[in-house]
Amino acid sequence: MITKRIIPCLDVRDGRVVKGVNFEGLRDVNSPVELAKYYSSCGADELVFYDITASSDGRRLFTEILCETAKNVFIPLTVGGGINTVADFDRVLKCGADKVSVNSGAIRNPSLVGEAAKLYGDQCVVLSADVKRVGNEFRVFAKGGREDTGLEAISWIRRCVDNGAGEVVLNSIDTDGVKRGFDIEMLAAVCDAVSVPVIASGGAGRISDFIDLFKALPRVDAGLAASIFHFGEVKISDLKKEMEAAGIPSRLV
Amino acid sequence: MIAIIDYGVGNLFSLESSFAKIGEEVTVTSDEKIIRSADRIILPGVGAFGDAAAKLKDSGLGEVLKSEAEKGKPVMGICLGMQLLFEKGYEYGEHEGLGLIPGSVKPISDVVPAGLKIPHMGWNALIFRGEQHPLFKYTKPGDCVYFVHSFHATDCEESVLAVAEYGAMLTAAVARGNVMGCQFHPEKSGDVGLAILKAFCEL
Repeated sequence: MITKRIIPCLDVRDGRVVKGVNFEGLRDVNSPVELAKYYSSCGADELVFYDITASSDGRRLFTEILCETAKNVFIPLTVGGGINTVADFDRVLKCGADKVSVNSGAIRNPSLVGEAAKLYGDQCVVLSADVKRVGNEFRVFAKGGREDTGLEAISWIRRCVDNGAGEVVLNSIDTDGVKRGFDIEMLAAVCDAVSVPVIASGGAGRISDFIDLFKALPRVDAGLAASIFHFGEVKISDLKKEMEAAGIPSRLV
Repeated sequence: MIAIIDYGVGNLFSLESSFAKIGEEVTVTSDEKIIRSADRIILPGVGAFGDAAAKLKDSGLGEVLKSEAEKGKPVMGICLGMQLLFEKGYEYGEHEGLGLIPGSVKPISDVVPAGLKIPHMGWNALIFRGEQHPLFKYTKPGDCVYFVHSFHATDCEESVLAVAEYGAMLTAAVARGNVMGCQFHPEKSGDVGLAILKAFCEL
């Protein structure tokens, strides 16, 4: 049976891995290449390499660092940040990415997901959505969580999947950085709406948050986090052992 | 030297990096001379069977691969590259494969129960069939490898080395003499995958 994936996210700015708390107050953590090597060898099932500033100021990913990371990573690598055109897909795929994650680019250009899926296959296109509760609905935010797009999240995500997104990363802005667990309610709404893999992001603070996630929502395929892994608050090997003990299929290394 | 055949299908960066990582000399090439002078050949591939089969045929590289395989050179197909080793593929119609291994490639939806997501994507455990093949001399039963596919090889029982369980048994690895194939991506399967590539290089 397919194992539940554990995915460290390397948010990169100026060539360094950072993690924002509610997307503000960035802290410098480590070198992307070193972190990627470490995670690749110690049990991470996949890595997300994300330029968090690219969508707000248009800065391109540092191609050199991406290539260097990909040369040292022998697990699936997803790259996002600043992906606005099919040419951006091409650029990062040539640097060794396996999947490409689109966020603001898909909001600005709704045909991007479809065009990319046609060229590179659905499995290559990941929709990343930053979602926050506004009034009674889930709303899509752009520009690293700073701008309310007015788009209702569930219908937006469904539309992108219909257009060819092969996977969805749901990042709850409401739980991001709070470390009190994933946003089960929001994730359940997305799982009900789509049949492609859903990756939970935002809110993990300890091992039991992952166990609770996969127990409450067996349809969720993966859990993503950043700082708790980077700072060693949660060791992936310990997490995998506890998942296995709790009856959650996981890849032990 | 290992030749990775470049016939315009998919991204070969990771595969090339993987062989470099295990200290093997590797060339990504569409040059017939280089392919013929290589010690081993890798046939990669992602995408649709029909397109890839047409590219292999039109470029003439399919025939080069076939004649080298028939001379006894170790050949390994990966993902779609493995599927192309079979006689026929049924992805958007019926297409001719290379015919190096008897069998055909069909949708996993024929056997995977409703409710499970397709493609079969993620890490799954290898279940070996028969005696341990040298390709898996460094691999243990239950070791996980990374899959992304919606089709798999069928009617090839005598060539199956390993399967993976996903509501049904899916073909994970095959061999017929010096011709081998992995449905999964060894170049994306961490140390387990690198060890399989190493074993291939030692055949």
